[in-house]
Amino acid sequence: MSATILQVRDLSVTFDVSPRGAMPWTKPLKLKAVDKVSFNLNKGETLGIVGESGCGKSTLARAVIRMLPASGGSVTWMGQPIFDLSQRNMTALRRDVQMIFQDPLASLDPRMTIGQIVAEPLLTHMPKMSRSERDAEVRAVLDRVGILPSMINRYPHEFSGGQCQRIGIARALITKPDLIVCDEPVSALDVSIQAQVINLLMELQSEIGLSLIFIAHDLSVVKHISDRVMVLYLGNMVELAESKSLYSNAKHPYTKALIASVPVPDPTFAKPEIDALLAGDLPSPINPPSGCVFRTRCSKATELCAREKPVAQSIGSDHSVACHHIED
Amino acid sequence: MTLLSVENLSVEFATNDGMVQAVDGINFSLDKGQSLAIVGESGSGKSQTVFSLMGLLADNGRASGRAVLDGQDILNLPSAKLNKIRAERMAMIFQDPMTSLNPYMRVSDQMAEVLVHHRGMSKRDAIARSIALLDAVRIPEAAKRVHMFPHEFSGGMRQRVMIAMALLCEPDLLIADEPTTALDVTVQEQIMELLASLQKDMNMAMILITHDLGVVAGSCQDMLVLYGGQVMEQGPTTDLFANPSHPYTRGLLQAIPRLDQDMDALHAIPGSPPNMMNMPQGCPFSPRCNYVTDKCHTHRPKIDRDASGRLRACHVAQGDLT
Repeated sequence: MSATILQVRDLSVTFDVSPRGAMPWTKPLKLKAVDKVSFNLNKGETLGIVGESGCGKSTLARAVIRMLPASGGSVTWMGQPIFDLSQRNMTALRRDVQMIFQDPLASLDPRMTIGQIVAEPLLTHMPKMSRSERDAEVRAVLDRVGILPSMINRYPHEFSGGQCQRIGIARALITKPDLIVCDEPVSALDVSIQAQVINLLMELQSEIGLSLIFIAHDLSVVKHISDRVMVLYLGNMVELAESKSLYSNAKHPYTKALIASVPVPDPTFAKPEIDALLAGDLPSPINPPSGCVFRTRCSKATELCAREKPVAQSIGSDHSVACHHIED
Repeated sequence: MTLLSVENLSVEFATNDGMVQAVDGINFSLDKGQSLAIVGESGSGKSQTVFSLMGLLADNGRASGRAVLDGQDILNLPSAKLNKIRAERMAMIFQDPMTSLNPYMRVSDQMAEVLVHHRGMSKRDAIARSIALLDAVRIPEAAKRVHMFPHEFSGGMRQRVMIAMALLCEPDLLIADEPTTALDVTVQEQIMELLASLQKDMNMAMILITHDLGVVAGSCQDMLVLYGGQVMEQGPTTDLFANPSHPYTRGLLQAIPRLDQDMDALHAIPGSPPNMMNMPQGCPFSPRCNYVTDKCHTHRPKIDRDASGRLRACHVAQGDLT
């Protein structure tokens, strides 16, 4: 396939948290939000990241583009390790990597018109551009995402949620990026609007060869839009597979349970009888289980899982799983 | 046996910009032990429909029509009378379990309050009964956890507390307003399964409000599709999924990505949901409909019952939808 543009190796993110009632001088606890995650991203590819709330999906994506400081590992963007870059050199990266956020209205400045919002990245990254050129670019990109360019002087509150998300996409597109990180871009939208935004993203991708990192908690959405899907659990990658094979060929018990709990919009659909229905909740990331983090909710957990943390191993092309019990 | 029958229910709000019709002439009936799903996108009026039944409308809201629960019209009853019906005959659980529980009260106190008030139990008995119900909704170590505050529970556990609290007086009707929207899929699965088994055990009727068609498919016999406050289609869930006869229902079903199938592009419904302040004159769905005719823009379609007993509001004949 095409060239790898992003390489992430053993990326970890740790937060300091103070326990309740702690004294100011006590040592803060370490919360491992992301624990040694590695992946590659090719040009024009979409990588989906799924997991339950609190599993570190957003933290991972933010650490990859240095919006959050990583505590370990490395990220290489177009052959350049980005954690060593100075702030000044980061500017070029910021132009090539854009982001779309979950809450479409909250991510647009309410006191700017949408024309100003979409033009702002150009002012930062191409300050020499003339006003008329900039205006033409803004109108073209708004037109591309399906917002009438005549609405350029309106404010975000005058638009619906789906339209605001389109404006967010226009703002991300205007610098002609190579990668867009989409952090739950459709979770706040209604079903009919969600489909419009997903279709738009997929069209744009095939038109301009964009790469996407697509975060969502909805497995069916992620599977639909992604080439490969990474499943995160408590900051650990448990499975990374091609989205086509994920449904039929999932190997990790957590992935299987996640797939089984997605409701199928078909009343005649017979639920596969599996024992994998998850009981209980996510354990606390401050005090994660020893060994395999999933073992407290796993039906296959053995003594080995408590003792040793499984390493991700490759099983076939583009499919890796971190589990001691893949065979059975 | 019919438990609840709703006739021509409308909800209007008086706003600074004039009257807003949130719900427009809804009819449905619900038998004992049966479940009905009300499906729609945000702003379609699904929550206001049940708020009007529970007497929870905002001060500027007014409901009209009839809602007969066991022979008694419960619409617009004074709250003194409603308080006898709420909790005992019908109860409701809400979308966000954190904001609907009182953060200052221990779970034991909030739950016991219901029983002390409605059943005249002593506090000690009430707490014992609360523990039994927390057990029934499968909260581990219920006897210990009953004395905790809501913030000490996780989201899924809080929703279980809400369900237990709604079931304290064994209501005949449980209204669940997006009970799993704020939860993860794995927890959603647990909660939906719990609701189904409780419903069966207690022979309770349920109205489930949701925007997630997947949840509906797995849990309700009947469904009602709302758009812009009006019923688009109504009938048995299996029929509606197998053979949706309204363009909006079709659009909705085609717009969701499926995990078990590979699809090329999603069939998005063009446009945006209607603005309640400025509703289209004819059919509310006409500006977004692929099958739209001239008549749709001017005349509101009447709700007709077809041969199979399902209700639909559309000018286009069922056979003409392809």
